[in-house]
Parts: sequence; structure tokens; C-alpha cells
Amino acid sequence: MTADNLPETPAPPKPELSPLLQKVVGRLGDLVQEHKSASGDDRIHVARENILDAARILRDDPELAFDLLLDITAIDYLGQPDDFATNLEVWDENRATMRRQPQRRHELVLPPRGPDPRFAVVYHLTSTTHSHVLRVKCRVPEDDPVIPSVASLWPGANWLERETFDMYGIRFEGHPDLRRIYLYEEFVGHPLRKDYAKHGEQPIQEYVGPGAKEPRRPH
Amino acid sequence: MSDQAPKNPVAPINGNLRADKVRAGDLRGIDELDTPPMRLQFGPSHPATHGTVKITLDLEGEKVVWSDVEVGYLHRGFEKECETGYYYQNIPYTDRLNYSSPILNNIGYCMAVEKLFGIVTPPRCDYLRVIAGEISRLADHMLCIGASAMELAAFTPMLYLIEGRELMLDLTDALCGARVTTNFIRIGGVSADMPENFRDFAMERIDRAVKLVDDAHKLLTDNPVFRRRMEGTGYLSPKDLVAWGVTGPMLRAGGVPYDIRRVHPYLAYGDLDFEVPVGEHSDNFDRYLVRMAEVKQCRSMILQCFDKLPGGPVDAHDPRVRWPAKGRVFNRMEELIDQFKLVTEGGVAPVGEVYHAVEAANGELGFYMVSDGTGKPWKCRCRAPSFSNMSPLSKMITGGQLADVVPTFGMINMIGGECDR
Repeated sequence: MTADNLPETPAPPKPELSPLLQKVVGRLGDLVQEHKSASGDDRIHVARENILDAARILRDDPELAFDLLLDITAIDYLGQPDDFATNLEVWDENRATMRRQPQRRHELVLPPRGPDPRFAVVYHLTSTTHSHVLRVKCRVPEDDPVIPSVASLWPGANWLERETFDMYGIRFEGHPDLRRIYLYEEFVGHPLRKDYAKHGEQPIQEYVGPGAKEPRRPH
Repeated sequence: MSDQAPKNPVAPINGNLRADKVRAGDLRGIDELDTPPMRLQFGPSHPATHGTVKITLDLEGEKVVWSDVEVGYLHRGFEKECETGYYYQNIPYTDRLNYSSPILNNIGYCMAVEKLFGIVTPPRCDYLRVIAGEISRLADHMLCIGASAMELAAFTPMLYLIEGRELMLDLTDALCGARVTTNFIRIGGVSADMPENFRDFAMERIDRAVKLVDDAHKLLTDNPVFRRRMEGTGYLSPKDLVAWGVTGPMLRAGGVPYDIRRVHPYLAYGDLDFEVPVGEHSDNFDRYLVRMAEVKQCRSMILQCFDKLPGGPVDAHDPRVRWPAKGRVFNRMEELIDQFKLVTEGGVAPVGEVYHAVEAANGELGFYMVSDGTGKPWKCRCRAPSFSNMSPLSKMITGGQLADVVPTFGMINMIGGECDR
């Protein structure tokens, strides 16, 4: 069966928004590109230019009050189609799980990447008063991996953004002190990117930072 | 020290005009005895810290005028490693996150994967997980208080509390045969039911451990030396604690009653009657008191779990993630196929992403799993409480005394394996 002769299926009814998403979408309005509730988690997608505006509303609105920034990380969708789709066949209602073999991932002819950029920066927010959790995703393209920093809103973002920069090479504009946090400054590459081989080794690079040419123990 | 500007470039010192002038070489109007601030490297392996972290301090006398905290000495690529293993193969790695309470990490990871697969665990498994997790939390709090007291030169309480931790490790040993690297929790269940007479064995040891904690409490809580070093040091306002993403006993010591076991009850915590101890001063002494109070709550929760422990299986036995028993593999077709599939392609997860958080000993331990529909996670992110709790350390110690660094660091209870992953 090919895509052409599939029977026309009526579009599924639009699911009811969860109570949290109703509030968030109502408050953010056009800033929300896309929203989804799955497995009890609510998430919204925001354009990266709007992340600061959206974050400020999410933090300051008394109905939402996302005052606790739990986590910032990124996802690298290298070589994967949007939403990990393989082909139409596997999205048959009766076969929800895919038949893709992990060992043979390279043999599969995946559909080309959709319009979504390669990286996604993911924020997890919660509120100490309302205790709801929200996930915010921002797509970041490969050729210009820059996104505004939210460290001015949540100072705890400082280290989390440094870690994301270290692991994925995504630069956070306006960050007070953006440098690597786990690895040393001379490390080449960003290890959690999918094109960084797990067994890729590199010799320890010579230290070139401040004071490198001075004797190790000046006193 | 000479009256020259320091040879090494010194990082900026906020608002310290004299040091800035010295650095710029402008010595007019400065007393000849004035010296530039002293740069002190505190760590990475320092006898007064239990953890591998480097703190760079600029000191004027005993006062810390600038500081920088560097973590990452124990970074070993946990997330990269998880992306290349099947879901069930990653459980032993989580033992090595917070190695002073490994079972809580097992629970966090397995519950996230269960949420991804949509597996519901049987009630007896939930209660057993709570028992094992609270035993782990007891051990973690005892180690934290004991080690912190030892760093403040109180050696005897450390001996008491380490003895109490040993008793808790005996219980982990009885449950799963290992003391530290437990690998006790499995996806969809636990590795084995508890042994016979475990209740009496456990309660006797827990009571002994709580008595040891009481002894340490008598030695520490009213001790003027201990109190002077703990009270008022490491202060961070409750608003700042929330803004910096601090969770766990540190946040609750600031008066914010945020505990995942209470706000999003998971496992059997919804059925248990327990209190969330909160402090009010948000200093190191309150962090110590909150941990002391949590020890009592842990004992009460374990007792309630033993009382309410339901019967039945301890494992959901979902063939997607759990290996079938060997006897069945050798004699039956379906189980043979299950095992073959698990070895060759792992349990195939549905496409999707989930975040699940549990209350670990230091705060909110969250796992964010992204699945691309294969047997291996596309991404396995660990939201480690130690990492977020460490980030305001520089703010907490700057402006204080050098001696305050030690109790502040001790009460953050930074665990390198979890912070650096």
C-alpha cells in the first residue's frame, strides 16, 4: 500500500486542551507556535526570537507563576525527520510502535528532514505555588545556533546554559559568562551532538588560557 | 606579597575599589601595607570538602571578596553512554549518579522509562520501592550530616553516623545483594521480592540507626561551636533559592514546602501520612535541622509501608523491558522470542518524550527521555539536584568568611557523580 491509495481518513477531532495549556495558550496567545499534551506532560513550542518575552510572561503572570526553572537542555535531531516519522505505513492506527531496528538505522531510507531545524532547546519550568510543570521547546538551526539567554530572568539558568553550550555548542546571547563547564576550554567539538562519535578520542590539548606562559608555581 | 600589581591577571572584583586600583597599578592614596587580595585554590581535592570541586577564592584577610566554582572533575559522559545502550542496560549507570543513595536514582530512571512505555507497576512493587528508597535516603542524610560535622572538626558524630549508614547498607545488601551499586529497581518492578523476616530485620536496624542519629543530635545541635559555624552562614533568601533552581532540603530550609512526594505524589507516597519539615532561617543550621527531621519522617514512612504492604507480584513483567525467567525461555516459544528480541533490538519504545521527577535526597531528580521509536533512547537527560544546588554557591560564600565555605559546601551535599554526570 502506498501513500496514494490510502483511504481518506477523517481528521481526528481536536483534543481538549489540558487545564494548564488552556491557561498558557490563553495568556501567551500568538507566541505559542504549537502545543501538545502527551503522557501527562504539557509542552509548547516557541520561536527563539520570542523566548524572552514568553519566559517573562510565564514567570510573572500570577496565574502561571513559573518561578522555578528546573532544567535547560537541548536535543540534536541530526538526520531524523520531524517527529521521528519513518513512513506513512508505521503510523497505521493498529501499529503504534515502529519496526525500526536500531542496528540497521543506517540502512533505512528515512524521509528527508522537514522544515524543523536541527536543534531544539528544551526548558522545564515548574511553579512552587501552583506546582504545575511545563516544557518549552525552541528550535535552533544548525548554521546559526544562537538563542537569547534567560539568565536575566532565572539566575539558575547560568550553569544550565553553560552546560548546554558545552555539550551542544548552542550559544546563549546575553549570558553573563558563557564558557564550558564540564570540559576544558581547549576541547574540540561538542560531545552530545550526534555527529560526535562516542569513542572519538582526542589528545589533551595544551593549556593556552591566562597565565599559560608563566611558571606553574610563581611563588 | 609585594606592592606591585599581581603578575597573574586577577578576575574582576565587584565593587572592591581598592583591589581594582591595585590591579590597575594606581597606588596613590593606598596605604603601603595594603596588599592585593590573595588568590586561594580551594580544591579540587581538599581535605575539608567531600567532593571533587575546585573553588577559586580571592581573600582579603579572612574575607572572601570574589569566588568562582568549577565542577566537572567527575564528568564521564553519562548521557552519551545512555544514548548507546538499551533502556534496561542503563539502570546500572544510574547507581553511579548519586552514589550515596543509589536506589533513589534507580527509581527516578525506571519511573521515567515506565512513563514512556506506559507500564503500570503492581502495588506491592510501589511499596517496596518506597521502603528501599527511604532506606537509601536515610543513608544519604546520615552521610551528609556526618561528613559535614567531621569537616567542622566534630569527629565523634561522624563515627556514629557512619555506623548508622553501615546499618542501612546492610539492609540494601539484604534486599539486592549489593551495598552501593544496587541495581535493585527494574523497569516495571524490582529485581526480587524482599527476603523473609525482612520487616523485623529492617526495623531493628533502622531503630538502631535512628538512635545513633539521636546521639549525634545530642552532640551537635546544642553544641556552641557547631552552632556558631552553622547559624547564619550560607544564607540565601527564599526568593533567591527558587530563582536559582535550588530544590530539596536546601529549599525547604528556606521555608518553601516544595517536596515532589507531596506536590506530585508518586509510588505509594499518596497513601502515606508524613510531614514535610521546613526551616525558617535558610541558613546552614536549618538545612541540618531539616535533614535531621527528615530522618524521623523516613523511619515513620518505612514503618507505614510495612504495615500496609499489599501482597501480589512485585513486577509487571512487561515483555518489552523485562527478561523472562530462564526456565520458561528454554521450554516455551513466546518467551524465547521475547528474550531474542530483547537481546537483539532492546525493548522498542513508542515515539515520544517524557519528563518524570522524583524527590531524591538532595532535591528534584528528573529524567527527560526522548524516544525515536527504537530500543535505545535518543536522549536521556538527567536533571541532577546537586548541579542546580551548586550553582548559587559562589553567591552564598562571597562576602563571608573563608571558614564559612566549608559548612556551606557540606550542607549543599554536592555529590560529584550526580553533579558532573
